[in-house]
Amino acid sequence: MRILIRGGTVVDPENRTVEQKDVLLVDGRVAGVGADLPADDALVIEATGRLVTPGLIDMHVHLREPGYEHKETIASGTRAAARGGFTAVVCMANTDPVADTRAVVEYIRERARATGVVHVFPVGAVSKGLEGKELAELASLREGGAVAFSDDGRPVVDSGLMRRAMEYARMLGAPVISHCEDPGLSAGGLMNEGRTAYLLGLPGMPAAAEEVMVAREILLAELTGCPVHIAHVSTAGAVRLIRDAKARGLPVTAEATPHHFTLTEEAVEGYNTSTKVNPPLRTAADVAAVREGLADGTIDVIATDHAPHAEEEKDVEFAAAPFGIAGLETAVGLVFTELVHSGVLDLPAAVAKMTVNPARILGLAKGRLVPGADGDVTIIDPRLELTVDASGFVGKGRNNPFVGRKLTGVPVTTIVAGRIVMLERDLKC
Amino acid sequence: MFKHLLGLRDVGREEILTVLDTARGMKEVLGRRIKKVPTLRGRIVVLLFFEPSTRTRVSFELAAKALSADTVSITAAASSVAKGESLRDTVRTLTAMGADMLVIRHPASGAAEAAARATTAAVINAGDGTHEHPTQALLDLFTMREAKGRLEGLTVTIVGDIRHSRVARSNVWALRAVGAEVRLAGPATLLPPEAAALGIPCYTTLEQALEGADVVMALRLQLERMRANYLPSLREYTRLYCITRERLRLAKPDVLLMHPGPVNRGVELAPDLVENAPSVIEEQVTNGVAVRMALLYLMLGGE
Repeated sequence: MRILIRGGTVVDPENRTVEQKDVLLVDGRVAGVGADLPADDALVIEATGRLVTPGLIDMHVHLREPGYEHKETIASGTRAAARGGFTAVVCMANTDPVADTRAVVEYIRERARATGVVHVFPVGAVSKGLEGKELAELASLREGGAVAFSDDGRPVVDSGLMRRAMEYARMLGAPVISHCEDPGLSAGGLMNEGRTAYLLGLPGMPAAAEEVMVAREILLAELTGCPVHIAHVSTAGAVRLIRDAKARGLPVTAEATPHHFTLTEEAVEGYNTSTKVNPPLRTAADVAAVREGLADGTIDVIATDHAPHAEEEKDVEFAAAPFGIAGLETAVGLVFTELVHSGVLDLPAAVAKMTVNPARILGLAKGRLVPGADGDVTIIDPRLELTVDASGFVGKGRNNPFVGRKLTGVPVTTIVAGRIVMLERDLKC
Repeated sequence: MFKHLLGLRDVGREEILTVLDTARGMKEVLGRRIKKVPTLRGRIVVLLFFEPSTRTRVSFELAAKALSADTVSITAAASSVAKGESLRDTVRTLTAMGADMLVIRHPASGAAEAAARATTAAVINAGDGTHEHPTQALLDLFTMREAKGRLEGLTVTIVGDIRHSRVARSNVWALRAVGAEVRLAGPATLLPPEAAALGIPCYTTLEQALEGADVVMALRLQLERMRANYLPSLREYTRLYCITRERLRLAKPDVLLMHPGPVNRGVELAPDLVENAPSVIEEQVTNGVAVRMALLYLMLGGE
């Protein structure tokens, strides 16, 4: 099977080049990238005026399977990923059963092979049952295919346990991903602590609840030498701590979500449960700091924290609704609308945060468009406009606060290992 | 007039004064021997209470009955809520049965707003979590105006658990809308900095807050706050923030003392103040019925 992507603008995030080139895929791999490649018998995808990038990687999603298939399945979640332009997703361990044993990690990979349409890389739990008490069998998880370790969704409260997890993870060559939250400070909180929380009479989570834990993870990374990746950075203080840690040469990386670089706490007005997310939407100053962190490289990765929930679970009083935003299908549009077109990030930098950077952090041989690389390609129309309509989502979750918003810059074609899974916005799987 | 009364943050001076003026006529009805007018005959008012409350529920029920509306009173323990039916489903069911008005008390902030989204009936928020309690604030304003003859220019000091008080929030918006000066007082743990950021004078020293006040309103202290370490002890709270006759001397000589009730005697107020002047706590209760009658009348468009 040969596919020729012709006339597109190829974005190479590694060499920071943006050039008009053809890309030839043969038998699921990149066979050539260059000017005027011969089509021969290849299927030709015309990409003039479009951007051709290495397949995008979302290193933070919740696929909900096994255990919460009413919210999402590996089949529906990977289709949502394909529709969002992602060719690979990294799924968190807070399933039921928890991905704290090799068997569960292997089950996820097996289900992904059988029912998924993009690559799926599971994260293994740090602690058994995500309970934060006993270390999970990290080596077995690693052998089963876990690419990182995290209790995401829950913080690891016990600093001693986190220290041992980092020492052990370092031995295994995998990073620890930390959901930074001090539950003593955030207890009972439903949104960011501040003006809007006061007006709405909702208990708040202060920025310090996140920052205290970011500071701890940085200190533990220094103590253990283990690479630590800070998930969903949302506060100005967290950005500052990570920037300082990087300046000191510590093995600390970080990600930000589209909702945290776009929305402020004011979006919660009206008690819209689609805006209930953890960490919460913060202030305009925090959004500005996250954007600055993205621009100066403090924040390496853009990831969605895709957290789908069933409609009936979210259509309740604000306090009763679960935290989370289903973000896979709006992420690229937000990156282009909010960061690229507005000049926060240039094209190679924006693409790097969804390709080579997550690949480097997780040790995946992905994220590059060079001969011999996996045939994962995303084609984006940077000028195509789309008004977000959750009823058109492919994923099961409709909990998205961007409904009704106009996005400019939309993925149109997704190719996974040489297989076209989305063509001109139509899913082919 | 507004379709729903979910809070007072976005309600203007004119609307507030219309409610208070209408309540004056309603209070006259309550003074008669036959306390009933046929205004809302054939209309259905459902009281949906997910939190224990005697005074607010009874006050609404008497208000509806005085206007000849039919009332149904549902409390959480007796309803299908205990069987896991969602607020939305309960509200939709009651709407389908023909409710014209839903009066909702709920422990979650925003519950009244969620209910309003699920129904074609009018909704009155009878207290949602730590958000707002608009009818309480309106009856407080009615009581202040009745005693003082005006609202504009009054200095009103609210004392206690400002952080968790829906009564304080609603009073702040309403009092500011009608041109009164609001002061907030309480321990730093219960006095959120966001209030000061909104331009409301905040005091941790009670005596300073009381100086020259026309009205002093003490808030009910939820005794479970001690467990969350907002307060070290009841004794310390009382020593610093209990309203006593001596402390009241710092206020204007004709000061009015209010409390939304029920009072923890000896905690928020010295016991001898509860039933004696300058306390108007019982008038507040009486006025509550009149103000709620006014709201039902205005929102259901009587006649």
